[in-house]
Amino acid sequence: MGKRRGNFGLVIVAALVALPFVPLVLWTFAGEWHFPDLLPAEWSLRGVRYLLDPGSGVLGATLTSLLIGGAVALASVAVGIPAGMALGGYEWRFKGVVIFFILLPILVPPLASTMGIHLTFIRLGLTDTVLGVFLVHLVPTVPYTAIIMTSIFVERTGELEEVARTLGADPWQTFLHVTLPAVAPGVAVAGLFAFLISWGQYILTLLIGGGNVVTLPMLLFSAASGNDPVITSALALAFAIPAVLALVIALHYLKPSETDTGRGFVGLGKVS
Amino acid sequence: MGDRLKIALLLAPALVVIGVLFAGGLVAAFVQSLGYLPALGMTEINLDAYREVLTDGGFLDSLFLTVYVAGASTLIATVLAVLAAMALRRSSGRLSTIVFQLPITIPHLVAAVGIALVVSQTGLGARLAAVLGLIGEPKDFPALLYDRYSIGIILTYVWKETPFIALVVLASLRGVAADLEDVARTLGAGAWQRFWYVVFPVISPGIVAASLIVFAFTFGAFEVPYLLGKTYPAVLPVMAYNEYRDIELASRPIAMAINMLIAAITAVFAAAYLRLARDLGRG
Repeated sequence: MGKRRGNFGLVIVAALVALPFVPLVLWTFAGEWHFPDLLPAEWSLRGVRYLLDPGSGVLGATLTSLLIGGAVALASVAVGIPAGMALGGYEWRFKGVVIFFILLPILVPPLASTMGIHLTFIRLGLTDTVLGVFLVHLVPTVPYTAIIMTSIFVERTGELEEVARTLGADPWQTFLHVTLPAVAPGVAVAGLFAFLISWGQYILTLLIGGGNVVTLPMLLFSAASGNDPVITSALALAFAIPAVLALVIALHYLKPSETDTGRGFVGLGKVS
Repeated sequence: MGDRLKIALLLAPALVVIGVLFAGGLVAAFVQSLGYLPALGMTEINLDAYREVLTDGGFLDSLFLTVYVAGASTLIATVLAVLAAMALRRSSGRLSTIVFQLPITIPHLVAAVGIALVVSQTGLGARLAAVLGLIGEPKDFPALLYDRYSIGIILTYVWKETPFIALVVLASLRGVAADLEDVARTLGAGAWQRFWYVVFPVISPGIVAASLIVFAFTFGAFEVPYLLGKTYPAVLPVMAYNEYRDIELASRPIAMAINMLIAAITAVFAAAYLRLARDLGRG
C-alpha cells in the first residue's frame, strides 16, 4: 500500500513539475489561440522558424552563449581542481575561513560586486566585451567547481599517488596519469555545472556586456517583456534544452546513489 | 616543497578569482557607497547615501517586500518539500530524483515565463476558469503578475526551490531516519509520533540548512522579480539596479549602499548556513 501511495504522490509531483512546460510547448507551436480556448485553434511553426531564422539573431546568441559557457566551464574547472585538492586533501588551520570566503558568492549575490567592479572594467576596456562577461561569470561558477572538487578529493586517500611516486613518477605525471583519471567524473559534473550557471546568467551579462554581448537570455528577456507568447515560448524552450540534456547525461552516467549525494551541489545549481 | 607552500599555490587561482572579481568588486562598491567616485568627479567621502537610503520610505518598502517574497517562498517551499519527500520516500529513487532534478536544473527565466503563462489573466488557469464558467473575461481572473502580493514571483520560486529542499530531505529520510522509524514502529509508535519524535529531529538540520540557502538566494535574486514584479516597490536587487541605471550620478552611491546592505544581510545567512553545515559534518 505504501508503494502505491508513493507512486500516486510521484504522479502529482511530476504533474506540478510539468505544469509550466504545458503552455510553453503549446504556445511554441500555436498559430491562433484565443481566450478562453484550452488548446490553440490553429498550429504553426512560426516559433520554430524564428529560432532558425538567421535574421532573428537566435543562432548568433546561442553561439555566444555556448562560447562563453564553454570557456567558463574550462576555466572554472581548471581553477576548481587545485582548490579542491587543497581543501579536500589536506588538513590545515583557517581552512573553514577559506571555505567560507570561496563559497560566499553563492549566497551573497554577485550582482552587488559586479556593479562595484563596473567602473574598473570600463577603465580596463573590458565592458561590452565577451572577455569581460567571461570574467564576471567566473564569480558564481568557481565556488561550485571548487566545492564539488573538494568533495571528490576528500574521498581520496592518496595511496595510488604514493604508489606512482614510489615507482618513479614525477608529481606532474602522477597528477596526469593517476589523479586526473580517478577524479574525471567529478570534473565532468563540475564542468557541467559551471556551464549551466554561465548559460543561465542574465544580469551579470547585461551589466558588463551592456547589451553588446548578446546571449540567449538577453533575447528571452526582451521577448518576455514584449507581447508575443509564441516567440517567448520558443526562446524559453530553446534556452531550457542544455539543462534538460545535462540532466539526461548526468543521470545516465552517474549511479542513482551518486545523483542523490550530489544533490547538495545540484541543488545549489539553482543559484544561477 | 612544504605542504603549506603547496596548499597556498593550489588555492591561489581560486583566491585570485574570488578575491579580485568578487571581494574586489564588493570593496569597490563600498568605496562608491561612501560617495567616492573620482571618475565622476565625486571625491568627498561621506555617509550621505546610507543616510538617504535608511531614512527613505521607498527603501523600507523594498526591504519589507524582499523579506516578504524570500520569506514566503522559503516557507511554502519548505513545507511542500517535506510533504513531497514524505510522500515519495518509498517510490523509485531514480524516478523521483529525475522529477526533482528538472526544476533545479531549468534556468529561473524559463520557469518565470512558464509560470507567467499559467497564472496570467489570459493564461492556462484563467482559460480553465472560463471554461468552467467561473469567470467571463480575462480581467475577472485575479491579477497574479505585477501584483501587490508578488504571487507570480513566489510561485516561480516555490516551483524552483521546493525540489531542492525535497532532495535534501529525501536523502536523510532514506538514510538513518528510515531505520529509526522501523525501530519506533516495532516499539509501537503511531504514525504521527513516529514523524514528530523520530523522523523530524533527524531531518530538521538538513531542512534548516536548505531553507537558509533558499532564503539567502531569493533575497538577493534579480531576474524573476525584475520580470514578474511590480514597478514600485521593487525588491532590493531590482531597486539597486534601477538606482544604478539612473542618469542622475548622485544615484550611484545610493545603488552601492543598497548593494552593501544586500551583501551584509545575505552574508549573515551564509555564515549561519556554513556554521550549521560544519556542525552537521561533525555530528
